[in-house]
Amino acid sequence: MTATTIKFYQTGTHTVGNRLLDPEHRSVQADMRRTNSLNSGHRACQGCGEALGARYAIDAAMQATDNQLIAANATGCLEVFSTPYPETSWQIPWIHSLFGNTAAVATGIAAAMRVKGRSDVRVVAQGGDGGTTDIGFGCLSGMFERNDDVLYICYDNEAYMNTGVQRSSATPGAARTATTPAVGTAPGNVFGQGKNLPLIAMAHEIPYVATAIVSELRDLEAKVKRAMEIRGARYIHVFVPCPLGWGTNSWDTIHIARLAKETGVFPVFEAERDQIVSVSKIRKQLPVEDYLRPQRRFAHLFSPKPNTDAIAHIQALADRNIRRFGLVDPAADTAIAAPVATGNP
Amino acid sequence: MLKQCEGSHAVAATVALCRPEVICAYPISPQTHIVEGLSEMVRDGTLPGCEFINVESEFAALSVAIGSSAAGARSYTATASQGLLYMAEAVWNASGLGLPIVMTLANRAIGAPINIWNDHTDAMSMRDAGWIQLFAENNQEAADLHIQAFRLAEEVSLPIMVCMDGFILTHAYEGVDIPTQEQVDAYLPPYEPRQVLDPRDPVSIGAMVGPEAFTEVRYLAHAKQMQALELIPQLAAEFQQQFGRDSGGLIRQYRMEDADTVVIALGSVLGTIKDTIDDLRDEGNKIGVLGITSFRPFPLTEIRDAVSHVRRVVVVEKCFAVGIGGIVSRDVRTAMRNRPQPLYCVVAGLGGRAITKDSLHQLFMEAIEDKLEPLTFLDLDWNAVNRELERERLTRRSGPIAENLLRDLGVVAARVG
Repeated sequence: MTATTIKFYQTGTHTVGNRLLDPEHRSVQADMRRTNSLNSGHRACQGCGEALGARYAIDAAMQATDNQLIAANATGCLEVFSTPYPETSWQIPWIHSLFGNTAAVATGIAAAMRVKGRSDVRVVAQGGDGGTTDIGFGCLSGMFERNDDVLYICYDNEAYMNTGVQRSSATPGAARTATTPAVGTAPGNVFGQGKNLPLIAMAHEIPYVATAIVSELRDLEAKVKRAMEIRGARYIHVFVPCPLGWGTNSWDTIHIARLAKETGVFPVFEAERDQIVSVSKIRKQLPVEDYLRPQRRFAHLFSPKPNTDAIAHIQALADRNIRRFGLVDPAADTAIAAPVATGNP
Repeated sequence: MLKQCEGSHAVAATVALCRPEVICAYPISPQTHIVEGLSEMVRDGTLPGCEFINVESEFAALSVAIGSSAAGARSYTATASQGLLYMAEAVWNASGLGLPIVMTLANRAIGAPINIWNDHTDAMSMRDAGWIQLFAENNQEAADLHIQAFRLAEEVSLPIMVCMDGFILTHAYEGVDIPTQEQVDAYLPPYEPRQVLDPRDPVSIGAMVGPEAFTEVRYLAHAKQMQALELIPQLAAEFQQQFGRDSGGLIRQYRMEDADTVVIALGSVLGTIKDTIDDLRDEGNKIGVLGITSFRPFPLTEIRDAVSHVRRVVVVEKCFAVGIGGIVSRDVRTAMRNRPQPLYCVVAGLGGRAITKDSLHQLFMEAIEDKLEPLTFLDLDWNAVNRELERERLTRRSGPIAENLLRDLGVVAARVG
């Protein structure tokens, strides 16, 4: 992905109006012809990061494929809030089969399209972190290693939200969930466990892996577009705050997501095969407390007395991300490089 | 063309003639030769227009088939035993979604103890999953049933398991008449789905259904099986007309005229039973056999009518429900409701134990004399069982039952007889 430098007219803000961009660089959501693939009227909670991420991702995929798109969906919040028959928010062909087989179902759809000479029809599989990193991991890994022509999008809200906030292998250390309660000598989820799915995806040497975050929706759109320019197995891991499960204000979803990035808690990058090819830099590095404090799932780290060890542990993990992915650019300028995908990089 | 070949290869060749568009495979004995055969045909171009996908598990195999079938492609897979259990969740999903996938089940026992040989426990574990289940008596019928299965599955939008006995059929060399492509094309039209994932006409498939309609949706699955009950004899008749062979149907009857005793069974054991019955007939006994080809849907009326005149029924089944007894015999009992004739359930051939003519002859004579218990385990070694029960009575840490039995028997290699 190449970058276009944008001059900010307002200082002290990172918002960029589409009118400042060339028409071809404007967001999919700003386009009158956007497909509203996940249409309004669904049952997601206020401030749902997953609904936001899915809306941007699927509309971008639709634009990139000239509306020739089929989606397979894992069991989970996205499946439940978008459908119960006879209603459906999906304006695209969509199938839900099971919790753990979404990548395989998508493989089957892609195979059917290939055999029917409809290679123009592309396939997206999507699921939450539980459906991706835990129960769907076997099928996902199989789809990766075969390099099947599927874009898998994981909307990661770091726990099983649909069943009432239980721990998944994407739940961070110290986080309180219904199965990692904030009691005992080491309250919340234990440290040193869990999976890093983007890195595991890269280890499969699939053509494209990216992470994204709902505070940088233009970046998410660009990555979906980029993914759709490539054939084979592709993976995008989207960080989506969950107000209900995390105990955050529903109006703070974007803010919390931004803090996850600015603290280094969640690295935003792009990789081809097993090589990282671009990193979204931290603009102004913040301590992890800023990210943790607004979330009730981490409240036990601050009250009744600060758990400095746990906070230091989380800070160390964020610092490791910063070093590992090169998230902080010492020569950072006030002019922000907004990532804009070009047609043929 | 009549061809001397392995059962698996006969099935592979016939499935290929059905023009499957997506085949997914995960190896498990004794099914493996079927998908090996198909993979070769896809690779060498004998089977054009087909995607062959090697997946990482049976759960993925059927899930890929779910995706490809929902996207409008004729889809096939094969499995056995543990593989069927591993895909269980997808088995129910495929039928619930009404996807006409055809799957060969090379019937094999289920562990523990791990056992690769034939019985019907795997098929029976999924008998209530909403799939049509057809049982082949020999390799010719196994091949023919696949042609009829694709036609039937697509007409009623239900998945079908074609069950063939593992090793006994899959690995047996017999003469099988493999039809021509023209014959199969004339019988089996291209797949026209009732629902399909198509960007030109977007639908949502597989969303949640609440109490307001769930009962009706489930009833309609039953109604489709009842439609299949009507269709199966029609398709078999049409098959006979076009291929000149009597294959499939709901039930098959052999020497049932004037029979006092009727034996009911499924699959390849019917051959041994028929031979035994020939001998018993020669000895002046009025005995016949009824083979069940369609276990799901279960032909209640046909069986009820067929056994209306007999004095006793013996069900020989290669499976049993631990804690109660027979599985097939309970369904036959339902067919015989309010009828006074005794029904004897005989569990036989578990985990590949050979069902011999000698044992069957003795068994049927006991039945004719009404000396059978309601539940009999054919050729069960009671002494070995009792010695193990005694060991468990004497010692708390008596160890693994399976090992104890084999040590007791002094068997150093697999014995099937």
